Amino acid sequence: MSIINLTIDNKKVSIEKGQTILDAAKKVNVRIPTLCHHEDLCVAGNCRVCVVEVEGSKTLSASCAVPAEDGMVVKTNTPKVRNARKDIVALLVSEHNTQCTTCYRSMNCELQALSAEYNIDNNRYLSVLKPNIEIDRSSWSIEKDDSKCVRCQRCVRTCAELQHVNALTVSGKGKDMKISTFMDLPLNEAICTNCGQCVIHCPTGALTERRYFDRVWEAIGNEKKHVVINTAPSVRVAIGEMLGYPVGSRVTGKMVTSLKRLGVDSVLDTDFSADLTIVEEGYELLQRLRKALVENDTSIKLPMITSCSPGWVKFIEHIFPEHLGHLSTCKSPQQMFGALSKTYYAEKKGIDPKDIVSISIMPCAAKKFEANRPEMNDSGYRDIDAGLTTRELGHMINQAGLNFAELEDSEFDSIMGESTGAGAIFGATGGVMEAALRTAYELVTGRDVPFDNLNILPVRGMEGIKEAAIKLENCLPDWSFLEGVELKVAVAHGLINARKIMDQVAAGKSPYHFIEVMACPGGCIGGGGQPIPTNDEIRKKRAEAIYEEDMNMPVRKSHKNPEIIKIYKEFLKEPLGEVSHRLLHTSYKKRNHY
Amino acid sequence: MIQTKNLVKELVDKHGCSRNNLLPILQGVVADENYLTEKAMVEVAKALDLSSAEVYGTASFYSYLFTKPVGKNVIRVCKTISCKMSGKQKIVQAIEKLLKIKMGETTRDKQFTLIESNCLGWCHKGPVMLVNDDVYSEITPEKAIDIIRDLDPKHLTDF
Repeated sequence: MSIINLTIDNKKVSIEKGQTILDAAKKVNVRIPTLCHHEDLCVAGNCRVCVVEVEGSKTLSASCAVPAEDGMVVKTNTPKVRNARKDIVALLVSEHNTQCTTCYRSMNCELQALSAEYNIDNNRYLSVLKPNIEIDRSSWSIEKDDSKCVRCQRCVRTCAELQHVNALTVSGKGKDMKISTFMDLPLNEAICTNCGQCVIHCPTGALTERRYFDRVWEAIGNEKKHVVINTAPSVRVAIGEMLGYPVGSRVTGKMVTSLKRLGVDSVLDTDFSADLTIVEEGYELLQRLRKALVENDTSIKLPMITSCSPGWVKFIEHIFPEHLGHLSTCKSPQQMFGALSKTYYAEKKGIDPKDIVSISIMPCAAKKFEANRPEMNDSGYRDIDAGLTTRELGHMINQAGLNFAELEDSEFDSIMGESTGAGAIFGATGGVMEAALRTAYELVTGRDVPFDNLNILPVRGMEGIKEAAIKLENCLPDWSFLEGVELKVAVAHGLINARKIMDQVAAGKSPYHFIEVMACPGGCIGGGGQPIPTNDEIRKKRAEAIYEEDMNMPVRKSHKNPEIIKIYKEFLKEPLGEVSHRLLHTSYKKRNHY
Repeated sequence: MIQTKNLVKELVDKHGCSRNNLLPILQGVVADENYLTEKAMVEVAKALDLSSAEVYGTASFYSYLFTKPVGKNVIRVCKTISCKMSGKQKIVQAIEKLLKIKMGETTRDKQFTLIESNCLGWCHKGPVMLVNDDVYSEITPEKAIDIIRDLDPKHLTDF
């Protein structure tokens, strides 16, 4: 790679050939405003907010798209540039629904920030916002309000490049151009996985999650209701970002306190049900292996694939409906928690399950859809009454006027509040696999998984598809059929990688026994319900925080969680038993591919 | 339905099944079925392994690929400035009156759709009208009516 030298605002920069002017500017801390640009996505160059002056060029250049060249002299803040940017932003505002006071993204909107920065006054251009644009609220997970769309196409690029779902497209052209689904169908009829990646990549309030926090406030305010909240592992390493903490801060204790202050009756942990998922899923894997290897049962599908990520589950239901047999039948931790909150928890606490309102706080948009799947009522009630995003919880904490930084730490309530490091790492890509291996290896051999400090590094990190193999030796008598077997596993995150893994499965060429798939890049820490912005750097920091959380836990294996041991003794009896099957396992449905 | 399926199959066999072949395939469907039905776009998506949204997005970009029903004959009157100055509006009024439709509409018998088009490149001989694939230049209201009557003699009287 050859190195080139250029000057930006009188600062000399050396950079690899092929990088853009914007990249070069970042290197010397020159901030150029952007809008359609996003680190996760390909260059679009359609908003022109990032224009700069290049000496010798008659026109302004979009710095996000123009490659830096040797000897270039760039000015990023001349009157010409400032006027152009001001005009560009003003034109975008003229087409925008500027009811910022009523917008969910107010104070976290890139267009609003740019308008403020460039002091756009409304008299500059007439408002040409199209009248009567209806908000699409058909989906359980995502709301689409075209009146706030700036047509930067980040959502379209996200859906194509990160997820390879292509539910969103650009339709029409010129003044009629808009972001649309197939035939402009409502989102609930589109081939959409509800992953919410479009939401965290949207610069404005055009795409947001459907909010349910008013319903939660109602429940909290109703004295007859007993409100139970479970919080997902990746929420505690991200919620701080909305409340004044730097990225990657672990604020578990303060988060628990804040929820108690909101008036929630019991603050419990999704990590508990994550541990339970691992035990059920671990046994399911071993059972599948036994049936396939010992009983030669050809109906058994291997590899087995995880089912904790509802965006992924809907993806496979749409795109690979013939291969649903590979999915673990285990419900996700959220749904296991829900089913148990209205059975086991209700029984132990002596509360009528009809009075329990079970809420989950998730890094996810798809969890809202999952909570509303018609079959998710095995407890006899709606297992989860509402699924909130990390962002919604941030809003609730702010609405309650809590000074988050000054809150003391507190512990999760009991029962169903105790967890392990294995449950915590569910939040990062590879975490479910690592947790499952820690448990499955020990079940089979009676020994710790053969990695330093139980840290299975090959399945960690941000590579799209990761692989690992562990040889099973000196197995316990029950599992002697696995003696000498090399257990092969893979981990994929981002649906574009899931598709690669599934193409292999569909072709019958998958070399693995067990695969973890998470719909969102980075796993749940990069989920569609996480604080905005989210990008690679932020995902890495949140993942580091999750692994720190794990290292700080006294127990780091799911099957050693005392409350898990207890719930099997008192209620579930055995993994994959009758009660488990009724409450903790589910089935899937074929959906339209196109 | 089966017809559409076969048509798409024929077109895919002819043009190929990569992303590059999307446009000729869509053009082929429009040539045969007048417009792209939802079913047709889904069939094309299946054949090319694209999402149906992607097919729709591409189709809706092009003004010559219809994603909504249109009449058997499509009349396009150039809307750009030189045709406007040479009397495009009178042509439009005459056609609207003859066919009893407004700009953008289709006759009830599904024979004609009237739309405006961007520049057809005949600015020196405006006003210009494109009927299906044929360009008519320097038209007058009377000429326009004759052209339409030639296509469908039913519309003989009203002018």
